[in-house]
Amino acid sequence: MRAALRLVALIVGLALAAVSHAQADDLQDISRLLKQGQHAQALERVNQYLATRPRDAQGRFLKGLILVEQNKVADAIDVFTRLSQDYPELPEPYNNLAVLYAAQGLYEKARQSLEMSIRTHPSYATAHENLGDVYTKLASQAYDRALQLDSSNSAAQTKLSLVREMILGTNRTARAAARTEPAKAAEPSKATVLAAAPKASTAGAPEARVPAEPKGPEAKPAPEAKSAAGKAPEKQADKGAAAGSEDVTKAVLDWAQAWSKKNVDAYLAYYARDFKTPNGEPRGKWEKARRQRITAPKHIEVSVDGLKVSAIDANSTRVSFRQHYRSDALKADSSKTLVMVRVDGKWLIQQERVGN
Amino acid sequence: MSQSSKGRNRIPVAARNAGTHEGTGPLVFLPALRALMLALAALGLTLCSPSFAKSVRPESQTSPEALLNSAFEDIALQRFGAALGNIEALIRARPNFRLAHLIKGDLLLAKARPLATLGNAPNGPAERIVDLREEAVARLRAYRERPSSDQVPRYLLQLLPEQKYAIVVDTGRSRLYLFQNEDGQPHYVGDYYISSGKRGAIKLREGDQKTPIGVYHVTSSLPRKKLSDFYGSGAFPINYPNEWDRRQGRNGYGIWLHGTPSDTYSRPPRASDGCVVLSNHDLDALAQLLQIGLTPVIISERVEWLSVEEWNTERTSFLLALDKWRGDWESLDTDRYLDHYSPSFAANGQDRDGWGRHKRQVNSAKSWIKVGVSNVSLFRTPGKEEVVVVTFNQDYRSSNLSNVMKKRQYWLREGGRWRIVYEGAA
Repeated sequence: MRAALRLVALIVGLALAAVSHAQADDLQDISRLLKQGQHAQALERVNQYLATRPRDAQGRFLKGLILVEQNKVADAIDVFTRLSQDYPELPEPYNNLAVLYAAQGLYEKARQSLEMSIRTHPSYATAHENLGDVYTKLASQAYDRALQLDSSNSAAQTKLSLVREMILGTNRTARAAARTEPAKAAEPSKATVLAAAPKASTAGAPEARVPAEPKGPEAKPAPEAKSAAGKAPEKQADKGAAAGSEDVTKAVLDWAQAWSKKNVDAYLAYYARDFKTPNGEPRGKWEKARRQRITAPKHIEVSVDGLKVSAIDANSTRVSFRQHYRSDALKADSSKTLVMVRVDGKWLIQQERVGN
Repeated sequence: MSQSSKGRNRIPVAARNAGTHEGTGPLVFLPALRALMLALAALGLTLCSPSFAKSVRPESQTSPEALLNSAFEDIALQRFGAALGNIEALIRARPNFRLAHLIKGDLLLAKARPLATLGNAPNGPAERIVDLREEAVARLRAYRERPSSDQVPRYLLQLLPEQKYAIVVDTGRSRLYLFQNEDGQPHYVGDYYISSGKRGAIKLREGDQKTPIGVYHVTSSLPRKKLSDFYGSGAFPINYPNEWDRRQGRNGYGIWLHGTPSDTYSRPPRASDGCVVLSNHDLDALAQLLQIGLTPVIISERVEWLSVEEWNTERTSFLLALDKWRGDWESLDTDRYLDHYSPSFAANGQDRDGWGRHKRQVNSAKSWIKVGVSNVSLFRTPGKEEVVVVTFNQDYRSSNLSNVMKKRQYWLREGGRWRIVYEGAA
C-alpha cells in the first residue's frame, strides 16, 4: 500500500497519453482514498474518472486495485484482463491477473499470465519472483501427483506480489526491488488471515496462548495472555527479579507473537547480533532458512507456558519454557531454553535450544 | 514463497541469456539442469548403447519411452520448454503416469531454483522417489538400448506354426518383448515396461516375492470383472511351477501377467510378489494376441540375444540331436537309445536305472518301431544351465503297440552333449 502512494510521482513518466495536472490530481485523490481504506468512495471516484476517459490505463489499473481491496475478485480479473488486452505491452496487468489467479489456486493460468508479463518485459523483477513462486507451486503439485501425496498438506496458498503501481516509462527493474517488500507486506488478505487465526486457537485452549494482534508488529500482547503466561515467572522470580524477569518474559511473549504473526522481520529482530546459530551456519543462511520456514505455512501459532527465568548476571539470563507450535503443516510441543542478553535495554536471544 | 534476498539476485543477466532459447524460460537454471543430466548419467543412462550397436528398431513416437527420451534429450540440449512440452503431452495421454509428474515437477522447479537430481520433491517419501528414479532408468535404458532388427532371443529356438506370438521377459531390464512367429522365426513386434518381484528373480519358494525364471505359457485368461482393481484390466496366469521347477523342488503358485491398479499408470520396477505387471494400456494390447495354452512366456533375468545366424546354428544342431534320439529309438538298439538319457534323468517316479530296465524289457518284445515326430517347438531355458524344453506330437508305431501323444522333454547339455533329463506327456 505504501507503494501505491507513490503512484503520483510515477504518473509523470506516462508515455501512453498526455496527462493533465487535473487528471493526475484525480488519480492521486483516488489512490489516497484507496490507501485510507475508503474503497467505496475510491471506486465511485474512479468510475467518474473513467466515465470521461474509458480507455485510461492508469485509471483502470487503479480500479482493478480497488476491486481487489473490495474482494471483488471476478470483477478485478475482468478489469485486468481487458486492460491487458488493450495494452498488451504493459506487464503489470498480467502480473496482477496472475496474482488473482494464484489466489484461486489456478496456478496454470497464473503461470501463463506471468509468462506474458515477462514476454513483454523480460527483466521485470516482480513478475519473475511471482513466476518463481508459481513454478514452485506447480512443481509441488506435480510432485504430489508423482508421489501420491495428499495435496491438502501443501495447500498453503502461494501469496504473490500484487503490483500497486503501473510504470508507463522505461526502467522497471530498478524500482522492483524497492517495491516488492512493501507490496507484499501491505497485502490486505494476509492481514485478514492473521487476524482470524488467533480467534480460532483461543477457542481451542484459551489459557496460556499468546493471541496475535491484528494491528501489526508494534502491537502489544493482549493483557490477559500476558498474565496467564506470566504467572510462572512470578513464582520463580527469586533470582530473576534482579535481572528484570518481567522484561524477559515480555520479550519471550513478543518473540512468540511475532512468530505467530509470521512477521519475520520482527521475529528476527529478537535475535542478538552474536546469536549462536544452531548448527554454526552463517547468520544469513540461518535467517534465510527461518524466513522460509515461517512464511511457508498458511498460519502459525506459537504459545509458551511454564516460563522459568533464571538470571546468569545482570545482563544475561536463561529462560526455559514449554513451546507449543501449531501450523497447518505441523504440530509440535517441545521444551525450549533461551539464553538472552540485554542489549541497549532490550532482551535479545543469544542461544536457542530445544530441551532444558 | 521466495521472499529471500537470494531470490532477487537471480534474475538479470544469465536469465536474459537463457531466455533467448525460449520465450518461457528466463528463470531456468542451466547449471542446475545440467546437474540433473549428470545425475541421470550417473544412474547409468548414456546416449549410445554398447550392447546393441546398429539399426535401432522403429518405435512409436508416442510411446512413454519415446516421449521421456525426447524430454531428456531436450534437457541435454537445454531446450527446457520443449522438454516440458513433451512431458505434458505424456501426462495428457497418461494422466496417472507418476514418473511424468515427477519430471514435470523438476522441470518447473528448475525454473525457480537449482536442482540436484531427478525428483526434488522436498516432502516426498524417499523410497517412492527412489522407485520412480529406477523406473526412469529402466524405461530410458530399454528405449536407448533396444535390440536391433537382426537379433533374436536365444530362447525362442522354434515356435509351433499355431503359436502366433511369443513373449520374452527381461526382469533385469524391466521389459517384456513381444515377437511374432514368421515361419518359425521370431520377429520383434514391440516391447513394454514391466514390474517384477520385489526381491528379484529366480523364484524358489512360495512367498519369496521373486519372479520365476524359465519357459512357461499362458494357461488361462481372467477378465477384469472377476478381479479386484489391483490387477487392472486383466490377468493371464502362467504354468509356474512347470515340470522342471517341480523337479528342482521349487514351489509356490499364482504367477500371472496382469495389469495395474487404476490409480497409477505403472508400478516400480520391483513391486510385485513375483508376477509380471504391465500397464493396463499395454496389457490390453497384448490380450488381443495371447493364445490360451499356447503363447510361450519365457522369463529371464537378462535376455541373451543372438544373430539370426547363431540362432539358426543352435536350432539346427539341437534338431539333429532330437532326430538322432528318434532314429536310435527306431533302431531297437536300446543302449544307443538309452545313451540319450542323462544319468540324472527322472520322470514318473523312475530314475535313470529304472527307466533303462523298463525300456529294455519293452523293446525286447518288439520286432520293429516307427517314431514320427512333428509339430516341434524348442525353447531354451534362460540361465546358466543349458536346458531346452521340447514339445512335439509323437506318432509311435511298433509291432505290438501304437500310440499318438503330445510329449514334452527337457534336454540338458552336459559334457558337450544334449541328453534328456525329463520326459512325459504334455
